[in-house]
Amino acid sequence: MTDETKTPAPTSASPSLAASDFSGDSANLTLGESLRAYVDRVRGGDMGALPAIGGLVVLFIVFSSLRPDTFTGALNVANLLVQASSISILAMGLIPVLLLGDIDLSAGVAGGLSAGFTAVAIVRHGDGWVLAVLIGMAVGAVIGLAIGLLVAKLGIPSFVVTLAFFLGLQGATLKLIGQGGTVPVRNDVLRGITIKSMPVVTGWIVVIALLAIYAGLLFWRQRRLAAKDLHRPPTSLVALKFGALAVILLGMTAFLSKNRAPNPLIFTIEGIPYAVFLVGALMIFWTFIFGRTGYGRHIYAIGGNTEAARRAGISVDVLRISTFVICSTMAAISGIVSSSYTGNVSPGSGGGNTLLYAVGAAVIGGTSLFGGKGNIRDGVIGGLVIATIDNGLGLLNQAAYINFIITGAVLLLAASVDAISRRRRSATGT
Amino acid sequence: MTEPLLELRGVDKSFGPVQVLHGVNLKVYPGQVTALVGDNGAGKSTLVKTVAGIYHADAGEFFFEGKPVTFNGPKDAASLGIEVVYQDLALCDNLDIVQNMFLGREAKTPTRLLDELTMEDRARQTLASLSVRTVKSVRQSVASLSGGQRQTVAIAKAVLWNSRVVLLDEPTAALGVAQTRQVLDLVRRLADQGLGVVLISHNMNDVFEVSDRITALFLGRVAADLKTSDTNNSQIVELITSGRSGSIGISAATANESA
Repeated sequence: MTDETKTPAPTSASPSLAASDFSGDSANLTLGESLRAYVDRVRGGDMGALPAIGGLVVLFIVFSSLRPDTFTGALNVANLLVQASSISILAMGLIPVLLLGDIDLSAGVAGGLSAGFTAVAIVRHGDGWVLAVLIGMAVGAVIGLAIGLLVAKLGIPSFVVTLAFFLGLQGATLKLIGQGGTVPVRNDVLRGITIKSMPVVTGWIVVIALLAIYAGLLFWRQRRLAAKDLHRPPTSLVALKFGALAVILLGMTAFLSKNRAPNPLIFTIEGIPYAVFLVGALMIFWTFIFGRTGYGRHIYAIGGNTEAARRAGISVDVLRISTFVICSTMAAISGIVSSSYTGNVSPGSGGGNTLLYAVGAAVIGGTSLFGGKGNIRDGVIGGLVIATIDNGLGLLNQAAYINFIITGAVLLLAASVDAISRRRRSATGT
Repeated sequence: MTEPLLELRGVDKSFGPVQVLHGVNLKVYPGQVTALVGDNGAGKSTLVKTVAGIYHADAGEFFFEGKPVTFNGPKDAASLGIEVVYQDLALCDNLDIVQNMFLGREAKTPTRLLDELTMEDRARQTLASLSVRTVKSVRQSVASLSGGQRQTVAIAKAVLWNSRVVLLDEPTAALGVAQTRQVLDLVRRLADQGLGVVLISHNMNDVFEVSDRITALFLGRVAADLKTSDTNNSQIVELITSGRSGSIGISAATANESA
């Protein structure tokens, strides 16, 4: 006998067949059902970005009650967003590496070295900023390639390889810049990433255009899913989520469009800092890559079950190397943004707690250190949490030691939440 | 009797000095479940991996639908429609059912992006064609499935690709009673759809319940190739443990020589 149901032509998709033979599958959930499903997921340990958003709300309440006059001011909020940008970019770069269950401890100093090359190219060689940034990103990519080859081809644990690079790259930065020296960032465009803001009108246009495009995509997707009666969230939930996003983005735009200069009669500082748009663009780009392409799907598959991925014909080694290249290249961008904020590159750039901030950001955002679970946006949300802690503690004028202790404790807390939720997931199987 | 879908003749396979398969003949008929039985070390897994193209046979001929074919790698076997469901299933816990079924062979849109609509649609139809009603949603993550449901997904993944021959390595080994029932029903339905099914199992109840033919391996040799209706439990157990039973099986001399 021949089997026609087994080889369906894509055009002969009949929803009635799927619906009748697959009666248990509720493709179209109601709002209540999907809320219940979400509560079950959270109970089962799959909390996603919930701890980060909760933490952000708590931190805002704590700091704004302790420093009501400064913390919630537009000047400080803009500053906080700029502080978060370099952390978020580094965290977004780390997430692909974390998805495979690897770690890159050298990402911070790789960013410092790359930013050093960019600054040196401008100051000592007079290169244009585009070329200088490309040089910096190329330095990052080469570092990532070297790490990736050592991890994937030689089989050295990523922890050890990147610890070695963490030390070695600091030496390289010291050699490049010289003992005790600094290289200034002498370029208006690069400096402008963090110290300038987009003109108010342009900012409004960009934000509204982005929201409109996003709404259109959501609506189109929902209609296509409904047309084939495929699994989809309720339209009301999609609308609610979009509404919340729109309120936050438009509210922030309005808030930052006011003149926030300390002395508004003499200076005008208004609009959204360019760094925020850079973070947004990178987030959209990588979310698209990891959510909609075969490459992204395969990265998740390797993180979930390497052997299964290998048997499915996925070239595990090549993809593992690629994650380290992405990580170090993003670290280069993060380093350049960071040098734009501080105005120079020093031998210590990217050292200290830069990397731990980024790992903390990714984990707080909901990315697992055990691999296979996480989203690009986790880096951005987590980056905001870390920057809020850093910024708020700075305003409280606490001694530096408290800052270290609290940041370390937050990282440990996030890792504990990750480990506990993983145990609950394996216990409940969600 | 119809022509075998897949036939192996005189297949030898050695690993260094150890010869694992000695002139193995195997016939897989469309619409039938062929049970492959044998004790540990009898060469069942080696035979499966040879059919899947993972091992290269040292000698012997392969025929697919009567035409001679050669296997140089897993891709050759897959392109003929031969799929293997391994014992450890090879599923990614963090992906959902659709994503697992299409892993490594994702449907793409003309712009080279993932075509989720086509994939979900085809996964649904494949599961529906196998009368799978036990999973709640095809967008459920595999981590949330029971052992039997995982086995179902692994089998559905194998039949998604217009496969003609499906080899199942101990599909019920780790399952409870009810789940074993589900999987055996599914194995039967695969055969009823016209596929050639090879079932490797240690469980004689399963073998007698679902198979049409039984091929018994003893120390790398085919001891017997029988119709299930012509034999019984104790005869098969004897063939598995000593290589012969009454007048059938390999000669005592050969059996002793191999042992």
